[in-house]
Amino acid sequence: MYAQMIRSEATQDDPERLAAFQARIDAGEKIEPKEWMPEGYRKTLIRQIGQHAHSEIVGQLPEGNWITRAPTLERKAILLAKVQDEAGHGLYLYCAAETLGVSRDELFEMLNSGKMKYSSIFNYPTLTWADMGAVGWLVDGAAIMNQVPLQRTSYGPYARAMVRICKEESFHQRQGFDIMMKMANGTPAQKRMAQDALDRFWYPSLMMFGPSDKDSVHSAQSMAWKIKMNTNDELRQKFVDQTVPQAEYLGLTVPDDTLAWNAEKGGYDFAQPDWDEFYDVLKGNGPCNADRLEARRTAWDEGAWVREGMLAHAEKKRAARMAAE
Amino acid sequence: MSGSAPVDGAVGPEGDTRFEYLLRLGDNALVLGHRLSEWCGRGPVLEEDIALANTALDLIGGAQMWLGYAAEVEGSGRSADDLAFLRDVWDFRNLLLVERPNGDFGHTMMRQFLFDAFHVPLLGALSGSADPRIAEIAEKASKEARYHLERSAETVVALGDGTEESHARMQAALDALWPYAGEMLRADAVDEAIAAAGLGADPATLAPGWERTVRATLDEATLAVPEGDFAHTGGKSGARHSEHLGPMLAQMQWLQRAYPGASW
Repeated sequence: MYAQMIRSEATQDDPERLAAFQARIDAGEKIEPKEWMPEGYRKTLIRQIGQHAHSEIVGQLPEGNWITRAPTLERKAILLAKVQDEAGHGLYLYCAAETLGVSRDELFEMLNSGKMKYSSIFNYPTLTWADMGAVGWLVDGAAIMNQVPLQRTSYGPYARAMVRICKEESFHQRQGFDIMMKMANGTPAQKRMAQDALDRFWYPSLMMFGPSDKDSVHSAQSMAWKIKMNTNDELRQKFVDQTVPQAEYLGLTVPDDTLAWNAEKGGYDFAQPDWDEFYDVLKGNGPCNADRLEARRTAWDEGAWVREGMLAHAEKKRAARMAAE
Repeated sequence: MSGSAPVDGAVGPEGDTRFEYLLRLGDNALVLGHRLSEWCGRGPVLEEDIALANTALDLIGGAQMWLGYAAEVEGSGRSADDLAFLRDVWDFRNLLLVERPNGDFGHTMMRQFLFDAFHVPLLGALSGSADPRIAEIAEKASKEARYHLERSAETVVALGDGTEESHARMQAALDALWPYAGEMLRADAVDEAIAAAGLGADPATLAPGWERTVRATLDEATLAVPEGDFAHTGGKSGARHSEHLGPMLAQMQWLQRAYPGASW
């Protein structure tokens, strides 16, 4: 789940139009870019899609950290393909956001200035090769939990972007699990790496769903608009229920002493992550926040001459074409 | 090395010459692919990030095929991964050009262009190799390489002919990389033996085509072709690599070296 703590906007529109809009959503219609929508709907979506897009882009960095150290040619190729997919997801999502009246450059600038966030998970470091497994298995796994229902979200361009993204994400999760399998069944050092990766990524993965939102007014509005399809707690529970048996299959131990099957609710009881740490990460105090932002800003600043050069050349070509006509 | 038996009954020199030649093809793809992969998440525009990763992916795919075949030809039980991850600098046979550090985006794209303009006619010639395996791999890589060339040439033109700054940066990149272009085009004993056996192309025969592509593109890019034809050599023979290859291999090979014998 790449969208966390999305504040929904209060909306000041005419109650009749709002009611008609809500009726369309309730009837399962898709809202398309040119159609009327409440300002709050538009702004909330920009925030959510933008955060998701930024997460794809920043998410390249912890994996890029291992592309140059991937242990085999095949692993290197798979990781490259995955990171390329992620940049592609960023592209679809920025395009979806652009249909709401915000440019990609504006969104980048908001990311670089810290005004917009990306998922907290990418502020954690990738320290061993097993982390490439854990990121695919847990992080992409958690993302899928949220994104599969978002294929049915009310905003057409967002829903369509999600359909394409989900196809690729499930491949990502499988390759992550495959890395974990190799490691968990490998040498003692590899097993240790696999367990260590699970230890470090378990709670940050649970945080990806955001804090409990059962009392949140913002969530209720987003759910009514079908921008958000499930509560954070529902998705977190589903993730834990899916992941615990996989960890058992791998022979790894989920770092939670309280973890227990609860037959009554048909799901696991599990410990909450440290929400103070989550808020610290959101405030910019995660282990990698400064490094990630610095890398993005550097890429943006050092790329300025390239963007300007390409634009200047395109302008020259256009002028020459017009002169010739 | 004793030289292994000819593979698939193909005509040609001893296996060790063919092995040498396949290493050149594989190492160029591997080293350049690795260099491009260093850009991950750091490109100037999202589309360029994607294109760099895509080109890197094609090249790594090529490296898998060339090195896989090299390992077969060698016949001593090594795999493509063994060749990629367990050889030291002196056993690498890539051109000096492809091991040059990335520099700025202009350097990376100029290096790519100079290489692509050679790679395309080379693969074209190899598609007609008397060794069907070489022909098959070249055929597959050819399509990708043509796309790489189209893209790198377009970028060189756009940035050469862009702003004053982009022009200056592209000219600086060209001037810096020019002395590394000549190694591609000069035949040595391995190239000659391979060409004589009909297995590969004499790079000297590819030089005029390379020159035409390069001059036409640089002209459109309003860049001045550097004077002089001095060429650094020692990459494809392995006689003298630059200081840049070692650190790259140290990073690339680290896991395999630190945890020998593990399966990943």
